[in-house]
Amino acid sequence: MNYSIVEFYDRWGGMIWKATLETFQMVSISLAISVIIGLPLGVLLVLTRPNKSLENKYVYQTLNVFINITRSIPFIILLFFLLPFTRFLVGTSMGVKGVIVPLVVYTAPYIARLMESALLEVNKGILEAYEAMGIKTRHIIWHVMVREARPSIILGITIAIIGLIGATAMAGLVGAGGLGDVAYRFGHLRFEPEVMYVTIVILIIIIQGIQSIGNRLAAKMKKD
Amino acid sequence: MIQLKNISKTFYSKNKEVEALKDVSLEVKKGEIYGVIGYSGAGKSTLIRCVNLLEKPSSGDVYVNGQKMNSLSPAKLREARKKIGMIFQGFNLLQTATVYENIAIPLKLTGVSKDEIAKRVDKYLEVVGLQDKKESYPSQLSGGQKQRVAIARALSHEPEVLLSDEATSALDPETTESILALLLKINKEFGITILLITHEMHVIQKVCDHVAVMENGEIIEQGTVMELYSDPKKETTKKFVNSLFPHDIPEAGLNVMKQQGPIVTLTFVGESAGRPSLSMVSKKFDVHTNILSGNIIQLKTQPYGRLVAHIQGEKAETDKVMEYLREEGVRVDEVNIDEL
Repeated sequence: MNYSIVEFYDRWGGMIWKATLETFQMVSISLAISVIIGLPLGVLLVLTRPNKSLENKYVYQTLNVFINITRSIPFIILLFFLLPFTRFLVGTSMGVKGVIVPLVVYTAPYIARLMESALLEVNKGILEAYEAMGIKTRHIIWHVMVREARPSIILGITIAIIGLIGATAMAGLVGAGGLGDVAYRFGHLRFEPEVMYVTIVILIIIIQGIQSIGNRLAAKMKKD
Repeated sequence: MIQLKNISKTFYSKNKEVEALKDVSLEVKKGEIYGVIGYSGAGKSTLIRCVNLLEKPSSGDVYVNGQKMNSLSPAKLREARKKIGMIFQGFNLLQTATVYENIAIPLKLTGVSKDEIAKRVDKYLEVVGLQDKKESYPSQLSGGQKQRVAIARALSHEPEVLLSDEATSALDPETTESILALLLKINKEFGITILLITHEMHVIQKVCDHVAVMENGEIIEQGTVMELYSDPKKETTKKFVNSLFPHDIPEAGLNVMKQQGPIVTLTFVGESAGRPSLSMVSKKFDVHTNILSGNIIQLKTQPYGRLVAHIQGEKAETDKVMEYLREEGVRVDEVNIDEL
């Protein structure tokens, strides 16, 4: 089937636009929740590791194993595995609402890991200097550790967003829509390759854009 | 001002015990600059970190300004730490913050009011001579400038004590001089007591009143800087003192010289350093003197010089020479060729 651009837009434009918005919606909501959960977990991982201020073998190892387990499961399996849990938590396992839970379970541990490695990069001499000035540990965590790690945190979140966009492609399976869903249902099942090409191009542009913004923000914060 | 009483510190790692400090005691009086010198691994870094409890001693007591530090509650310890400034070899500034913020943020976090913060940042940036760098980031500064910012940050809390953990060790000689001059100025103008650790004798020579030499977790010798220079007892102390007086004399010549008279080390302290004692010697006695090497350095309070000289002449005459020099207040030691 061959379309002119105008015909293509008339026939698919609305649907692709709606799918793009759905993707954005899923990504932004689950990202926000994942950062809220993942950042503190990352801090906890750093503080409780051996030879750190709040060294605690049990907390650290439990967290470690839990994160590794969730990260071992591919998203598509996690999505089905969590169905009862999702229904229990938000009352439905369908639509955007239903997909947020598995997306967060998938992304938050990943972000915790990324935050952990970002925070570990912070020069521990600086933390010590602040400790020596009589500053409270919670202030040191926020005003020194997280502050100094900001460029790496931004880069980590950029990576997480891109992973998240990949995961939302599977969201169609529970009726949450999104770009991946359009590409699969129309492009593949109904054999409209043009639809698939266009969604791929849109995804490429989005990913490129996000990566460039992330890089630029991180560079700007780095100050060296 | 600072008193360490019988401090020991043992580190445990993988069924290995390392005794970093063994029963160390020292006292730093108010207003003085006290230096601790030692090779790396001697335990001096652990020692200075025990003062503000960054390192908790395994046994012994730490007193700062009469307060027993090691029995304070966490909240009280934080209060006490505000009055103990510390500067480091690695500067430890926030890379993502400007010079202004680097000083202002800790003040804000310790509850200083906004107006007061602005006042103090300006005041102490002026003390360290960096008023024009307020908006710069650390990556735009030289090593010496970064250390100045760190010093301003420490001073901004208006501490009674400043701990300096190898603060000049990462700096080039010229910058080291200027930072040492700044430490002297701080000590004089604000009356801040300074405890510093270093592995450079030069630092001790320039700024310290008292010095302790550390080796293998123990203080092996301590006293005023002059005492240690003029009469070092332990091998390590001698090595440190000698590091400022490089004697590089060819051995071949020495053996010949030795036949014609003694080779001596002459040590001049204070007043005697300024007198031309050696040239008087050749006038008064029937000897020739030949200087093999020599150096005069300025200690914090007085000059200190050392010459290695060959006194050529009959034994009776050279003995009289040594007698005369000793009367002049010069310390005379006959040199063993192997020691040079």
